[in-house]
Amino acid sequence: MRPDPIQRIDTTFFWDACERGEFLVQKCEPCDKLWHPPRPMCPDCHSLEKSTQKLSGKGTILSWVRQVRPASFGFKESPFVILVELEEGLRFVSNFTGEGAPEIGMSVTVDFKKTSGGKYVPVFNKATS
Amino acid sequence: MKSSDQACIVGIGQTEFSKASGRSEQQLAAECILAACKDAGINPKTIDGMLTFDLDNSDEVDVMRSLGCKEIKYTARLPQGGASSVSTIVHAKRAVEIGFCDTMVIWRAMNERSQYRFGQPHFNLSPDAHSSTFMEWCFPFGAQTPAAWEALSCGPYLHKYGVTSEDLGRIAVTFRTAAASNPAAWFYEKPITLEDHQASRWIVEPTLRLLDCCQESDGGVAIIITRGDMAKDLKQIPVQIKAAEYSMYFNHEIISDFYAGDLIRSDNSEAVADALEKACGIAPKDTDVAMIYDNFTPQVLRQLEGFKYCGVGEAKDYVKDGHLELHGKTPLSPNGGLMGEGYIHGMNNITEGVRQIRGTAANQIKNAETAFLASGVAGAIIGRA
Repeated sequence: MRPDPIQRIDTTFFWDACERGEFLVQKCEPCDKLWHPPRPMCPDCHSLEKSTQKLSGKGTILSWVRQVRPASFGFKESPFVILVELEEGLRFVSNFTGEGAPEIGMSVTVDFKKTSGGKYVPVFNKATS
Repeated sequence: MKSSDQACIVGIGQTEFSKASGRSEQQLAAECILAACKDAGINPKTIDGMLTFDLDNSDEVDVMRSLGCKEIKYTARLPQGGASSVSTIVHAKRAVEIGFCDTMVIWRAMNERSQYRFGQPHFNLSPDAHSSTFMEWCFPFGAQTPAAWEALSCGPYLHKYGVTSEDLGRIAVTFRTAAASNPAAWFYEKPITLEDHQASRWIVEPTLRLLDCCQESDGGVAIIITRGDMAKDLKQIPVQIKAAEYSMYFNHEIISDFYAGDLIRSDNSEAVADALEKACGIAPKDTDVAMIYDNFTPQVLRQLEGFKYCGVGEAKDYVKDGHLELHGKTPLSPNGGLMGEGYIHGMNNITEGVRQIRGTAANQIKNAETAFLASGVAGAIIGRA
């Protein structure tokens, strides 16, 4: 089954939110900028004060691959890996878990999948509208 | 700068490139360094500077113990996987020119086929160490190998310019054609056709087939660098490092380069190309031999554009038009590169550049006076003094 996310001090907030079904991003408190991957300091204003913002969960596929050999460790079948450009302008590596194959330019929305240790990670399906 | 003050490559050495060396990585390191010293005509005991990759398992103490180096005055390890191959030249040049040390050895020795598999998922990587925080954002999604990260990062570029699997295959054929007439290559006398490439199995859909990937190899490569004033008294024709530059912009990563730029242009390589031309008056495309890091075929296309051999989106046609072949305008890796000769993490492409300038290569390019060495974020122009 899907491996658990690796968690670090600076990133635990993200994975904890996934367990609550929330897709969050790091937000710099003083300057309101959003950053992914998370980092200890805002690279613009250098503040250490961070909060989070809920993401819309909507995005577009920029790229997709499927690891055939070796097959993806921990998965029954290698998943479609996608690079998503989120509506908020951030990029995120995830999976396409919808019907059929992903396509570059496809609109997608977020969902969550359980990992082997009972954690959750965000994945994406084809947007319905 | 006076040529007597300028850094030169004065010795190169290597072990055989294999799939099972049958000896320790520490021994491979000692053997290739000794070979490089003999090539240069220096006593290994006089080495006083050392450089390798942060991924290398042998270290300064091991090397000193085997080679009897009396005293080192400089040592460093460089990050970023194969990108560090040409970065070592950037550092070595500055270090000997400034006078940190007089005789620098660079080495890379590994049993990455027989002892561990470099291309497979690694479960023992700490996400906080060795520049691998990126793994956190890839591993639970099943993107767990260098091939997967590379393919995901190159996807937008390949899509935008309609690069086909056949376009990539032509690059692999170029490397394997050269390797076929290089006796030191693992794939000596084993050329491939475009049909072989198209029939090879998928490693990562929809981009990388087996023959789009470099090898996993066992072996060691070493290089000796001194200043021009010392180089003139040694055994070989000195190969001057005319310029060596490095550039990495905000939010970029090396192979998992997902978060910065437009995923089309190679900003880092463009900066390196400009800096090289400014430093020595020679652009990469004006050199006689192109030694461009070939972990995977799409990376060659993106570097050809980043280092300004052609315009953005034109690389597939640059390849198709034959410019990279041994008789082309800018011959690519006449040793067969990392796909054809061996994968000693890019270092065997540097030694080939040196042989081309010396005029001693298996597939010698006629009248080669300059060569370009590249590993994405780092580049160097070498040539006759």
